[in-house]
This record gives sequence, C-alpha cells and structure tokens, in this order.
Amino acid sequence: MKYVDEFRDGDKARRLAELIRTEVNPEREYRLMEFCGGHTHAIFRFGIHDLMPENLKYVHGPGCPVCVLPAGRIEAAIELAEAEDIILCTYADLMRVPAGRGDSLNRARARGSDIRMIYSSTDALAIARANPERQVVFFAIGFETTTPPTAAAIQIAEKEGLSNFSVYCNHVLTPPAMRHLLSSGEAHIHGILGPSHVSTIIGSQAYAGCCNDYQVPLVIAGFEPLDVIQSTLMLVRQINEGRFEVENQYSRAVSQTGNRKAQALMQAIFEPRAMFEWRGLGGLPDSAVQIKAAFHAFDAEKRFGMQAIDVADIRGCICPAVLRGVSDPVDCKLFGSICTPEQPKGACMVSSEGACAAQYSYGRYRLGGKSEI
Amino acid sequence: MCLAVPARVESLDRAASTAVVNLDGISKEVSTLLLDDVAVGDYVLIHVGYALERIDPEEAEKTLTMFDELKGVEP
Repeated sequence: MKYVDEFRDGDKARRLAELIRTEVNPEREYRLMEFCGGHTHAIFRFGIHDLMPENLKYVHGPGCPVCVLPAGRIEAAIELAEAEDIILCTYADLMRVPAGRGDSLNRARARGSDIRMIYSSTDALAIARANPERQVVFFAIGFETTTPPTAAAIQIAEKEGLSNFSVYCNHVLTPPAMRHLLSSGEAHIHGILGPSHVSTIIGSQAYAGCCNDYQVPLVIAGFEPLDVIQSTLMLVRQINEGRFEVENQYSRAVSQTGNRKAQALMQAIFEPRAMFEWRGLGGLPDSAVQIKAAFHAFDAEKRFGMQAIDVADIRGCICPAVLRGVSDPVDCKLFGSICTPEQPKGACMVSSEGACAAQYSYGRYRLGGKSEI
Repeated sequence: MCLAVPARVESLDRAASTAVVNLDGISKEVSTLLLDDVAVGDYVLIHVGYALERIDPEEAEKTLTMFDELKGVEP
C-alpha cells in the first residue's frame, strides 16, 4: 500500500534504532510522551519500545478520545436513549466504554434502545433523512481530526433543514491538554511525539507556544513505525542539543498552518466550551468545543436538556494515572485479570489505541529484545 | 480514533463534493468538503469518510531520502 509499506521497512527501522543507541547520552534519561493513542498502538504493535535503549522510555499520553471521555457523558447518552424515542448514532469505539455500574451503550442497546454504530457523520445524516418521524442524535467524540466532519454534518443539516438531526458534542482540543500535562510536570516529560492527523488540521505552528513556555521539544510524527523511530531520533537530537523546537517529521501531510478550510468550518459551527471534564485530567478550561448559539437547533444538549451526571470510576482502576503518563498499564491490579479488551473495566482497555488495550494485545508476553518488524 | 489512511482519488463529483477513492483495492465514496482542488490521481488521507489532507509526494520522497543517512549503520 503506497505511503504505508515504504514506512514499515524492518531493516531501516533497526538501523535507525542503532543510530539512536549511539546518540543517546547514557548518563541521562529520555522520557518521551506520545500524546496520541495512534502512536501508542504503533509502538506496541511494531515492538518499537524493544528496539530502544534502556534509558529511553515512551510515556503514554491522553490522546485517545474514548479514554478521556468521562463516564458521566456516556451515562447521560444512555439516559437520553432510554427516556426518548430517539436513534442514537455513534462511532464503534464508544459502544463498549464502561459507564456507571458496568453499563455501556452496548448493554443499553441490548435492553432495547435504538443505538447504531456508524462509520461517518454522513451516515448519521442518511439515517435522519430516512427516518423523518424520529429524532436522530449523533454522539460525536474526537480531537481536532474528527471535529471538522461533525461541523460538516451540522452545516449540511442546516442547509437541508433536517430538523430531526442533532449532535451530542464531546469534541476536545489537543493543545490545552498538552499544556495541562506539561504544567503539572508530574509525568517528567523530556520530549513529545506530536499528533499526526490532529496536526494535519491545526498545523505545526499550533504547538509553538507550548514548546516555548515549557521548554520541551516536540516532533510531529507519522503513525508508521519508521515515522515514529525517525521522530524519536529527532527528539533525542533536540534534547542532546538543549533545543525545544517544533519539528515536523510528517511533512508529507502536515503544513505549518494546517487545513484552513477545515479550521474555518470548525470556527463557523463551534466555539470554545468554558470548562470540560476529562477522565484523568479533571476539568480543563477552554479544552473542548460546543455548538454556537446560531446552531442550537442542532445541539442535543440544548434540545433535550441533557444534564451532566457524576459517575465514580471503578475501584482499583488506574486509568486516570495512565492517561496522565504517571503510571503504566501493568501497574494496575485489574490489568489482564478482570480487565481485558473483551470485558473492559476501564476506558483505556476499550479502544485499540488505549494504552492498556495496546499493552494487553501486543505486550503481555514480552520477554524483551523482541521486535515484530 | 485519529487514524487516517492514504487512498488514491479515482473519480470526482464536484457538484456533490464527493470522490471515489481506491483504498488498497477497495473502492469507497468519501466527502471532499474539507479539501479544495482535489484532483484525480492525488493521494489523500481518509478519516471517518472525509478526505482530510492531500499527501505531498515530494515531501514523502524527502522523508524517505533522510533514511539514506543510515547507510553504513549496522544494526
């Protein structure tokens, strides 16, 4: 597959890793946070961490939308689906995320609610067109990558006058979360592997302030294994030279300014949300978006008067610490025992991009020194 | 969640802002609402049914030639 296979060359990967081993300073530690779950998945799937020297550690970040969505937001959607005669549409990842008392959208569907998995926001629009007598709610989640497609759906719904379509908006923003992690300092991060596809939208310049303020280097990295390893080398060099710049390894898809058309569309439909609760990180100001007043007719929270629900996380689950980069999945007593991808107790075990699911799927039986590429 | 896959644009319907792309042998219709000036033959990144960005072939080549510095490095 073009633009995939050539970035998965095992021989080049091993040579790049050797270069990293010769360039790291053995006297110091390198803690590199991969913000994105896509990178976490690639690091485990291709065994990249096993190619790295002992003193270089990948720290998993909060860049997995289903992992950071608080259980209360899912609980509110379940309540809505059970109270009203609606069709609730959402991306597949969200179906199994634990809400309160072991409940999930999947279980609510089994009890009889009309909850449908969709691939695209355009599918939700098609369902609304086909069911004019029923209300269709799109439970939308995701970072800046997934936000423009939701904005596009709202714009289309307005143009077509689709009055039975609305969006339960849970879109969050990358830079504020990154700032929060760096300002707390608890993960002791020396460098950041920056998001691939979030950056295609927001552009590389979006991180400049963050790098300057916290004096931490960032390299925007593609999701393929050679991208991740090359970006790691670029970070090692910045750290060795005491630089803290934004560098762009994924230049084949990311520009300095990003996708302006997508940005304009997001700005037309959404505005910053004063406060949004993140699982693990707590309430963060201006870290999410909400639908502008001009489009309130398409805002499910307004249309149905949805209220925030407070749900306690399951006892013993350390997802919040994993999402902040201060704990490893294997530090959790539930990991691999009662919490598995088949029966997830915590959100990080649900999505394949969650740190716990990635570690369980690819790293459970690690003996060290083994790589899959 | 933020996964996006490269696909080749096979045909365009400019009025509907859609394209048919070839995803490793599979044909799929996607929205081009987020991209201006898409052309047949372009490679684009597909995410949740939308083309997010064009892949720049020259930049991809540049990244690949950076691996040339590996000549002489023995794993």
